[in-house]
Amino acid sequence: MSARSEPVLSPVAVKIVISGGFGVGKTTFVGAISEIEPLVTEAELTERSVGIDDTTAVRGKTTTTVALDFGRITLDDELLLYLFGTPGQDRFAFLWDDLVDGALGAIVLLDTRRLEDCFAAVDYFEDHDIPFLVGVNAFDHTRRFALDEVRDALGIDPRVPVIECDARRRDSVKGVLMALTEEVLTRRLARASAGSAW
Amino acid sequence: MRGNSRWGPDPRMIPPSSPVPPPEAPVADAVGGDEVFLRPFMVTGGRTTPRHAGLRVETLLHATPDALVAPLRFEARRIVELCREPKAVADVAVALRQPLGVVRVLADDLVDEGHLRIEDQLGELPLALIERIVDRVSAL
Repeated sequence: MSARSEPVLSPVAVKIVISGGFGVGKTTFVGAISEIEPLVTEAELTERSVGIDDTTAVRGKTTTTVALDFGRITLDDELLLYLFGTPGQDRFAFLWDDLVDGALGAIVLLDTRRLEDCFAAVDYFEDHDIPFLVGVNAFDHTRRFALDEVRDALGIDPRVPVIECDARRRDSVKGVLMALTEEVLTRRLARASAGSAW
Repeated sequence: MRGNSRWGPDPRMIPPSSPVPPPEAPVADAVGGDEVFLRPFMVTGGRTTPRHAGLRVETLLHATPDALVAPLRFEARRIVELCREPKAVADVAVALRQPLGVVRVLADDLVDEGHLRIEDQLGELPLALIERIVDRVSAL
């Protein structure tokens, strides 16, 4: 198999997770920069859906299927960046571990009208020590908040970047991805020099 | 994978009572026509978790040279053909119109059988690779 010290010969795939509440703009965000149509599905044979999904119409239904946002960016000949949106509804939380495992970092998209929708995502990435940033998605006709206000409302570490973005615009999405990769690098360098967990 | 005899003696044969549609058949129109309900894990013989951990959604799958001439059937054959060029588990799921979990189980079997290979997962990304990612993203 591959040896870590050798130059990379076959492609390497890395993953960034896009998270946030239902309808916050994850699909738009991924679609703005992806080379492919952003959709993949996941399903689980589960009894957890009983009582949540209305299964009365489909007798014997034991599967919950969910569409996930999915994007790919070819960074160079040997480096692929995959984007995965985590499902926005709480009832699909069981998919998170699989999606997030091995992620380079995460982007939490936020709609200031529904701030609380992103709490679960923020908690998750803090608990799992995954580098993340908060992208405040600019929706038309909404009051703009100062980014510090947003940070205070979320109660996140001052070192977590909070930036404004427009999920419809490729350059804005690219800016968020850049900020995240720089955050990943910063955290790695800080840890290497300090030996701390952060 | 043994125990598939209920699918008929020839891999390309579709028994009239087959619960699984041929993979080429359009499985419910992806947009709008989601009324047709298929149990996704039928193609995995009911298994919902791979035997081994380690296949992530972005893990790249490469077909081994032998796999292309191996007597594989249905989804397994299609996966191997797709992975002549390295493809991520998620890419394969999109191409097959199957849920990620289904592809993960099938691909895991194929890795076991030596028909697919995967790169060792990098536990922690090397610093040089992170720097390269930063550079490439800013050049997008």
